[in-house]
Formats: sequence, C-alpha cells, structure tokens
Amino acid sequence: MASVAQTQFRAALAPHSTAAGVATSEPAAVRWVLIGIAVAFLAIFLFLPLAVVFGTAFQKGIEVYFQVFRDPDTQAAIRLTLLAAGIAVPLNVVFGVSAAWLIGKFEFFGKSLLITLIDLPFSVSPVVAGLIYVLLFGLQGLLGPWLIAHGIRIVFAVPGIVLATIFVTFPFVARELLPMIQSQGNDEEEAALTLGAGGWQTFFRVTLPNVKWALIYGVILCNARAMGEFGAVSVVSGHIRGLTDTMPLHIEILYNDYQFVAAFAVASLLALLALATLVVKSIAEWKAGQESAAQTAADTERPQ
Amino acid sequence: MSISVRGIRKNFGQFQALDDVDLEIPDGQLVALLGPSGSGKTTLLRIIAGLEFADCGTVQFDGRDISDQSARDRHVGFVFQHYALFRHMTVFENIAFGLRVRPRLLRPPEQEIRDKVNELLSLIQLKNQARRYPSQLSGGQRQRVALARALAVEPAVLLLDEPFGSLDAKVRQELRHWLRQLHDKVHITSVFVTHDQEEALEVADLVAVMNEGHIEQVGNPEEVYNRPVTPFVYNFLGNVNIFHGRVDDGKAYIQETDTGNLAFVRPHLLEITRQPNGANHFRATTTHINSAGPVVKVDAITEWGAPVHVEMSQERFQALRLAKNELVFVTPRDIAVFGKERAS
Amino acid sequence: MKFVLKRRSILPGFGLSLGFTVFYLCLIVLIPLSAVFIKTSTLTWHQFWHVVLSPRALASYRLSFGASLIAASINMVFGVLVAWVLVRYDFPLKRLFDSVIDLPFALPTAVAGIALTTIYAPNGWLGRPLAALGIKAAYTALGVTIALTFIGLPFVVRTVQPVLEDLDKELEEAAASLGARRWQTFIRVLLPTILPAALTGFAMAFARAVGEYGSVIFIAGNMPMRTEITPLLIITKLQEYDYAGATAIAVAMLVVSFALLLPINLLQRWSGSRTEREPDPVEAR
Repeated sequence: MASVAQTQFRAALAPHSTAAGVATSEPAAVRWVLIGIAVAFLAIFLFLPLAVVFGTAFQKGIEVYFQVFRDPDTQAAIRLTLLAAGIAVPLNVVFGVSAAWLIGKFEFFGKSLLITLIDLPFSVSPVVAGLIYVLLFGLQGLLGPWLIAHGIRIVFAVPGIVLATIFVTFPFVARELLPMIQSQGNDEEEAALTLGAGGWQTFFRVTLPNVKWALIYGVILCNARAMGEFGAVSVVSGHIRGLTDTMPLHIEILYNDYQFVAAFAVASLLALLALATLVVKSIAEWKAGQESAAQTAADTERPQ
Repeated sequence: MSISVRGIRKNFGQFQALDDVDLEIPDGQLVALLGPSGSGKTTLLRIIAGLEFADCGTVQFDGRDISDQSARDRHVGFVFQHYALFRHMTVFENIAFGLRVRPRLLRPPEQEIRDKVNELLSLIQLKNQARRYPSQLSGGQRQRVALARALAVEPAVLLLDEPFGSLDAKVRQELRHWLRQLHDKVHITSVFVTHDQEEALEVADLVAVMNEGHIEQVGNPEEVYNRPVTPFVYNFLGNVNIFHGRVDDGKAYIQETDTGNLAFVRPHLLEITRQPNGANHFRATTTHINSAGPVVKVDAITEWGAPVHVEMSQERFQALRLAKNELVFVTPRDIAVFGKERAS
Repeated sequence: MKFVLKRRSILPGFGLSLGFTVFYLCLIVLIPLSAVFIKTSTLTWHQFWHVVLSPRALASYRLSFGASLIAASINMVFGVLVAWVLVRYDFPLKRLFDSVIDLPFALPTAVAGIALTTIYAPNGWLGRPLAALGIKAAYTALGVTIALTFIGLPFVVRTVQPVLEDLDKELEEAAASLGARRWQTFIRVLLPTILPAALTGFAMAFARAVGEYGSVIFIAGNMPMRTEITPLLIITKLQEYDYAGATAIAVAMLVVSFALLLPINLLQRWSGSRTEREPDPVEAR
C-alpha cells in the first residue's frame, strides 16, 4: 500500500539518547556548518513565505487589514469555505473511523486493495480530481442531462465544491487513525468483551479514548486541507464571484486583480489555521510520547 | 461450574495448534494447563473463553453446549498475559467497568457498584491506588487489578493466561501464594496457563500437561510428578537423567549400550555410596559439586562416559564428605523405562 | 489449504464498517473515477494519442516532470541533511524548526503560491538580489522548481527521521572501533541504511509535485510551450470546452500516477516502513 503525501503520526518515543560519544560524533565545526545549512534551507523555504504572508497582509496597517473582511464577496467566500469544510470533515471523520476500525481490527481478503484505494486521492492531481466530478455531473457529463432535467446543479455550484472537497481530503482521518489502532492491538477490546461490553460500548469507552490524539490531529489536518483546497475546487466551481468562490479561489481573484494586501489578508487567515494545525500536531505527538514513555518506564519492575 | 472440552481441533493456517483435545474440569477446582511454547495451551484457554473458535469439537459449561457463544455471553472472567488494563481509566474505573456496561435493567445502582469495587480493592490490597492509572503501577499491582476486574462481574469461571509470566521471580512467588489463597476463599472454577512447572505443581489442584497440541497427562501434582506416563511429562516436570535401559522380569535396569529403550531417573532418586550395596549399581567419578542451597547437586561421569546429575540432602552430603574427582557408586532407587520412539 | 475469506474474529462491527467503508469509497472515489475512463472511451486511439502527444502537451510534461524530478532531488539531498541535523544535533529552537517542517502539508497551496511568487518576483525579497545576479526566478521554470521544492519538503525529512531515530548507536561505534573515519562511517554504514527511506520520500515528493497546481500556478509564467504545467493544460482545455482533450491528458496523468504507486509501495516495503501488521498465526500460544 502506498502513502503518497502523508505525515505519519509519529509518537515521539522516550528521548532517544542522542548524546554522542566521542567515537560517534563529528567535529564541532562540521556540526555547526551542517546545522547552519539546514537552518538556512528551512528559513528560506518555510519561514520566508510565512513572513511574506503576514508582512504583506499588514503592510498598510491594521485598519486596512480588517477592512478586507468587510467586503461582501470576501465574506461569502469565507462562509462557503466554512460550509464545505463543515460538511466534508464530519463525513470524512465517520468514514475514517469506520475504515480504521475495519482495517485495524480484522483480517480479510482484499485488505491491501482497500488500503490502496483509500490512498488514491493522494496520488491524483487535484485538477484531475475536479475534472472527475465535471465529467460526471457537468453539462456534457455522464449524468449531465439527467441533472438538468431535474433542475439540479452540482458542477459550478455549491454541491460540486463540497463533493470535490470530500474527495481530496477523505483519506486524512483514516490514515492518521490506522497506525494508532493497529499498534495498540486487540487486548483491551477483548478484555472489554469478556467483561460483557457490547460493540458500541467497547468502541466508545475503550478504543476511542486510546486514539484520542491521533483522531484530533486527523480532524484538524483534514479541516486545514479542506479549507485550503484549491485545484480541485477551482475546476468545479466556475469561479462565480460571491457564489461559488471559496477562500483560496477568492485569494486568486484578489491577487490577479493586483489587490495584494487583500489577497494576503485572506491568506493570513488560512496561514493561521495552518499554524494552529502544526501546534495541535506538536501537542498530540508530545502527549503520545508521554504515554508511551510512562508505559515503558512502568514496565520495568519497581519495588512496591 | 464444571467445564467439559471434547474433541477440540484448531489450525492456524498450516500450523496445527490443537489436535483432538479432551479435558474435564470439575467444579470449583484450580486447574493448570502446563506446557512449553507452542503446546496449544493458550489457544485452548482462549477457546474455552470464547476468544477463539475451534475448527471442530465442543465446549460445555455444566453440561450446556456453549461452543457457538461469543465471549461476551459466556460470562467468563479472563485475565490476560499483559493485563490488558484500560490505560486511560483509573484502577477504580477499570474494576468497575464490567458492572457499568451492563444493560440498564441489569445494572446495579452506582452506590452498589462503588461498594463492590472498594471491597475488591481491599481484597487485592490496593485501596490506596484506586485513583492511579495503570502506567503508574508496578507489574504485580497491575496483575492484581486485572484479577479484580475479572472478579467484579462474578463470573462462574476464571481463566488466566500466563498470569505471572512477565514478573520478577520474587513477585511471582508472592502472587502465586496469593492466587492459591484467593481460590481457597472464593472457590471459583479456575483454569490458568503456564510454562513454569514449579508454579503449576505448587498452585493447582489438577495439572494438564500439554505438548504439541495434545494433552499428555492429567492428574493432581503428585501424580504427574511421581507417576508420569510419558517421557515428555517425565522430562518436563523436574530434572531427569536419561540413560539407555531395559526391562527384565518386570524390573528396570540401566544399560551401557543402546537397547532401543530409555531409562529415566530423577536426580534425588540416585543414591551415592562409597561401597557398592547390592546389585544394580554403577560407578561414577564426581566432576562438580554445588553445595550452596537446601539441596546439594553433584555432577559426575559414569563409568561408560555418560553425564549424571545427582541431588542429595545436606546431611547426607556431610556424612559422605564428598569431594571432586572421587570414585563413587551410584544406585538408582526408581527407574522408568520408555520405548525410544515415545521419548521425542 | 482452505482459502479463508475472513479470519473469524470475536470483535463486532465487521459487517457495518465494511459496508459503510465500501459504500463511501464507491460513491466518492470509484464511481467518479470511472467517469474519466468512460469519457475517454469516446475518443479513438488516434485522437487520444494526438492530444496526449501534441507538442504543447509534450512541452508541459517536460516542465511538470522535469521540474518535479529536480525538486524531488533537491528535497532528497536537503531532506536527509535536515533529518540528520534534527535527530543528531541540539540547537536553539530545534523544536520550532521540527514543527515547521509540516507547514507545506497544512498550508493551502494558493497561499503558498502567492507567497512564493511575491518573494521571487523581480521586486521581491529574494527576487531582487537574484535579478541583480542576472537570474530570473518568477515566471520561469526555475520558479516552478522552487515552488515544487517547497511542497515536497516534508516528505523526505519525515520518512528519514524515524529511520535515523531507530539507528543503533552500536553500528557506528563498531565502525569507529574498526578504524573507520567519521565520513567513511557515514557513507558506508549510515547512508545505505537510510537510502530506502530517502528514496521512498523522493518518490512521494515526486508524485505529489507532478500533479501540483495551486502553489505553482502563480509563479509559473503559464505560457504555453514554455512555462505551462500539465494541470494547467487540462484546465485550459476545459475552459475551451474540449472535454475530450482534457480527459485524455488527465488519463495520461492518472496512468503515470498509478504507475508511480507501485514503486512507492515496493520502496516502502523495502525500507520496512510497513504500517500494516501481518497476521501472526504462529505466535506461541
């Protein structure tokens, strides 16, 4: 099974001894040069873009920054983005949980195929993802005539945007949960069953609390990607300002109109969301690391 | 609740875990399933629990066929090898779990649950740890919580999978005694799996020795130790010396040469003397003596070059004034002879 | 040997979770995906190849694949370096740098696109000094490569990091005790160990870069035959209502994506980064 574009949720293990012995470390000069290059690389490629976003957004001052959000088109874009994410994320969470339980707890024929299929959106270009829905629901699409006859608009309307968003983000929750569920084994669930718990009880009382942080991160990441999706939505939306523009599309419009401050102001919101996602990931990894460290520490016998 | 297992067969892919196993477990007894890794003992336990399903055969509780019932409906208490405590719940919540998930109609009121849990906490002597989490407890403590959790739902049968496997020797000893005392108090039909023969012999009322998916012998500890019916049981329980042997006129003898039969003798049933006393003895030269401990262990080489291990009391050792590289006479007191094919 | 469709398990919920998962998958992925192939079948082979191999399409492949290859290679080299530095060394704000690596995952592609363009435009923070050196970054293939480097950055780092963390110190100590110099140890002992992970990350970065749209569309010049990426070509054809043409190119891209899945899969197995636990029937029981 392939995992194209995925940060595996790494439970940071108990601090690995990186204290280098004399035989296994480089001279200080070499070390600092390497650190310097790495830091410079990261600074140029990661920090700089962040700085530009916030710098340009606030270029003309705070008042102008907030003025941007009073524009009705911008507000419509924000509303649509929230709507699309608000539908896509919960649906994908239910799917993710269901798939993680299925794949993590059972052995069956076709499991590898299923995992590959779930990874599919990662390997498909977002433009192609959008194209798929246009081909299915567009005017010249397979279901086009039927939809027109019934007055249903999917492509170039909100439903299409929601569908495209769902497609592009649906693996995230599943892929975050799966390794967690698999690494925890079935013992606790079996224990719950012997104690008389039913299926749903076992799931909510035993399984879910154990994967709490992986789930939270999966949801946050899914949300960030849903709100930031550009390529797929671009194809499907028709760019009707005020109606079918999401925040990323609106950013494009503003930018192409040379309204740089406005474009970056809206971008800054999404950038903040991205930063919040990173923070949640750090917390989640730290928590998981704590738990795993406590587990290993307690496994070595302590005098009672 | 008596347990009856008949004709159980179980395969995992190509591997045959259990091959036509029959076992009767009387009500109220503490039974040990004893055997090496891969003997099928844990698989059998899990089949009794309903955590695995046999390919064929039946499991009966008090004569009722429950082979198709899931673990949930069998009302067994299961203690897992690695405890399987709910890691995000406190000790108290772990023990209370079985009572809290009962369907509304059968669920006791919260106060009653609390009383029951506190009672169990006193029983396992962890009253002060009620609010702790499993990761904050030692292995021995966790095991006791796992036991209390299983007992909370008042199961008719208690099943334990290598309950003391991952603990220190000393803690293992203490918990062993504790389990025995608990069983004497509560009298619940219990089955536990172990590979430690000392544990099985010390704790259980009945021992079922298993090997490669079938049961070699069932009996009380005294029976299986002193009157083993197969070479495997003989070898697995306690130390044994193995020589070539023969049977003449109903009496067993040790032979120098290969006869196609093997003679088994326990180390403490070999008597060392300075002078030959009667027939059926052989000569040996001592090579190593370990006199630290309640029993003195002597290694020697027989006159035909085979190693032999003898155990004797400290008094006897002092009386003999035995030393290394001495020529002595060895008389076996009890020999069991088996055909070679059986002593795999 | 009996062929087992599903190993009997005592945990509940198999039917429900299987049903829902498959249903959702079909609805969201399989059915729409099949539309692509159905639509393509309306083209004749001749038409199909005519579109897929047209000069404009070929130019776009050169750009998309070429830039992706270069970007993934840059990421492989620097990714290993960054992973090494993060795992082995301590320096101020290390945790901050570690967290920020995932930014390209979480940041919307459009935001990245406009930010990068602003930086590398002739009057941008980096564009200006580069222009002084005679290098034009924005609106060229170079700009595309830079953008693709950005979005592929986390892949190699995140696949190599766990491998480095799990490396046994004793390997290096053994090499040192046998007389190897530090760089020899690195090349002969450490590099081979992390190579599979690095290649996996490379493949993933490459696959992602090939289909990338949002971060690239602003910084590329978007001039046909020169700075037009393949996804843009698809969109242009759509806007011209050339659905068949757009689909043909999309199919070509899909085939390449699927063709990349297999090596990535194999590479992941090679580097041992399986997340799927294998059924263990012979656990000592």
